[in-house]
Amino acid sequence: MPDEQAGSLPPSPVETDGSSTGEDMYASHKKVYPREVHGIFASLRTLGVAVLLGLYYGIAWLSWDGHQAVLLDLPARKFYIFGLTFWPQDFFYFAWLLVIAALALFYVTSLAGRLWCGYACPQTVWTEIFLWIERKIEGSRNQQIKRDKGGMTPAKFRIKATKHFVWIVFSLYTGFTFVGYFTPIRDLTVAMIDFNLGPWETFWVFFYGFATYGNAGWMREQVCIYMCPYARFQSAMFDRDTLVIAYDEQRGDPRGSRKKSVDPRQAGLGDCVDCTLCVQVCPTGIDIRDGLQYECIGCAACVDVCDQVMDKMGYNKGLVRYTTENAMAGRPTRIIRSRTIMYTILLLVLSLGLIYAISARTPLQLDVIRDRNTLYRETPQGLVENVYILKIINMGERARHYRVTVSGAESGLDDLQLVMPAPLVEVPAGEVASLAVSVQVDPVQLKRAANQIDFILTAEDDPTLTGSRKARFLGPVMSR
Amino acid sequence: MTVNDFSFTSNFWNIWIIVLTVGNILACWWLIRWTAKPRHGEAEAGDTTGHSWDEGTLAEYNNPLPRWWLWLFYITMIFSAVYLVLYPGLGTWRGTLNYTDQNAYEKEMQAAQDTYGPLFAKYAGTPIAQLAADPGALKMGQRLFVNYCAGCHGSDAGGGPGFPNLSDNSWLYGGEPDTIKLSILDGRNGVMPAWGAVLNDKGVDEVTAYVMSLNGRDADTEKAAAGAAHFATYCAACHGADGTGNTALGAPNLTDSSWLYGASAGVIRQSINDGRNGHMPAHRDFLGEDKAHLLATYIYSLSSR
Repeated sequence: MPDEQAGSLPPSPVETDGSSTGEDMYASHKKVYPREVHGIFASLRTLGVAVLLGLYYGIAWLSWDGHQAVLLDLPARKFYIFGLTFWPQDFFYFAWLLVIAALALFYVTSLAGRLWCGYACPQTVWTEIFLWIERKIEGSRNQQIKRDKGGMTPAKFRIKATKHFVWIVFSLYTGFTFVGYFTPIRDLTVAMIDFNLGPWETFWVFFYGFATYGNAGWMREQVCIYMCPYARFQSAMFDRDTLVIAYDEQRGDPRGSRKKSVDPRQAGLGDCVDCTLCVQVCPTGIDIRDGLQYECIGCAACVDVCDQVMDKMGYNKGLVRYTTENAMAGRPTRIIRSRTIMYTILLLVLSLGLIYAISARTPLQLDVIRDRNTLYRETPQGLVENVYILKIINMGERARHYRVTVSGAESGLDDLQLVMPAPLVEVPAGEVASLAVSVQVDPVQLKRAANQIDFILTAEDDPTLTGSRKARFLGPVMSR
Repeated sequence: MTVNDFSFTSNFWNIWIIVLTVGNILACWWLIRWTAKPRHGEAEAGDTTGHSWDEGTLAEYNNPLPRWWLWLFYITMIFSAVYLVLYPGLGTWRGTLNYTDQNAYEKEMQAAQDTYGPLFAKYAGTPIAQLAADPGALKMGQRLFVNYCAGCHGSDAGGGPGFPNLSDNSWLYGGEPDTIKLSILDGRNGVMPAWGAVLNDKGVDEVTAYVMSLNGRDADTEKAAAGAAHFATYCAACHGADGTGNTALGAPNLTDSSWLYGASAGVIRQSINDGRNGHMPAHRDFLGEDKAHLLATYIYSLSSR
């Protein structure tokens, strides 16, 4: 964060309530009870939650060309993403995609601040659902606070037990869906109904379920405050033109309650009626009026609730609003600036590059492994022979026949003979064929002990589908 | 050497390890307790430490960590205590789970045997000659071959100098399915004695010429004729009077085009002069009958195709 704000850093939120013993270097957790909020930004977040969770829980059940649309088959080392099948050697594309995703995140953050945190982060999205369940079962913020202050009664126990039961069921279903991206979810359903889940599947369902329950039910804002690395380093992407949520101090202060009929200017007051609703709705338990704080995840709940209060009071909206540091200081906000231009260019180049690379990907790969038992051997006919294992990987969607040829043009070996079990190799869709072949040459041709040769693979029914691989041919040098 | 070997003379090392381990855990516990309270002169939790940067605009707070964080440290101590009860770690204490690397290895091998054993056992009852027509068995055989045999015999089973070619029809010990399997299970030792001292240089030259002529190649007829006499005396007992070899002894056929060590006159002369020692290791204990059965099937299929 720019250093101007740092000077106005508030005391830690844990300390402001004055309940610390003053001795211990560890603070016990104070539960945050975010008040329910309605408004444009709350609706946007609900939309985000619905779309993202809909995708998460829904896509697992989609089918595509006879397999699950998105399936990361780890044992078979094949990764199905709709119409595309990726192999471990394609992880390059995955890394590329992650680079694009990271850049996009940085881009959005430099433009609009913690948009990811407030609307799309899984921590926020699942916490929203858990809060919603909590409110349905436990009632409003005030009811929850009152109940938690009181002692344990059968009624309280029943309500708490119901909440945790619903949370746990929802969490386990989340874990089940997660595993459903690795083991086909329909098979997983059958196995679960039969109590026949494998040990690792069971572990991951419970592990991911536990993580969901713990993070969205118990840890909540503490994940953002204490654990999230992204929350820590995104201040590096902020500048004075980045959107942040801010309280307009000049307009709001001095704060104070007043009747709607009172003119605040005559009473010596600003627009803030000090209703503390902005504090009550905050999911991380801070007071936005203390300035920009690292705990703020940019969810805009305070914006929504303050706008409602301003409406009721007949004041202008936007006492707490999305704005930039420059705008607050009365300077113009620039959207087009060097970092946004750079991010735009980088993102465009990388995305187009990835799209091109994936569309131009050859669904065929040839690997050549030279036998190491002997450097070379002589045939009864006096030829020198090297042995290779060819691994032909058909990454396509149907079986094909391939023809293998070998060329020694690079080393001046113009009469190489390839000995294969059969002239054509059939490789079923998505399989690896492994075959031992040998290459023979009359030793008088050898000018060097080590010679580069090329294996060339061509699909019999599609001459454009080719792959090649360099290999080494060793033999005795008979003449120099 | 185990810790027990040290305690033959004293129990010192045992106690040393226990004291170090337990002492470290207790020291961690003490350190965490000690740092949980602010010491004299240190800023109270929530106060600024007095350090400031950027012309006083950036202050450092002594903010408290969440208390559950502290519990994470205690949990690691509980974990280590439980671990030290279950697993070896405290001196000579073996742990209640009786875990050793050897046990773990044997357990994993047994689990692998339980999983994969039946896949191999499925084919064990079918005669090799019949199994050689089963593509599934051949595929498994080929994979086993590449794993266990290709290191010497080559991925294409074509052999190399000193390692027999298994893909042709020339066999040292016989190419019948059961003979192949027996070669895999029990291994072979092929010994060709050195004749240099008996025959002298001249004699070796003459036998070399005779072997070349047996093979239908150009050789000095005079030398070959002299070599024939030596051959009948010294070589025919194993290689046969006509030089076609003897599979009972693993004596190679000298009349065909298959040469274990090389076809040139020089290599043949070396074999006669210095002798040869061929060794195929036994795989009965290492691979077991079922895998050898599949391997023999694959090798048999190579020569019969």
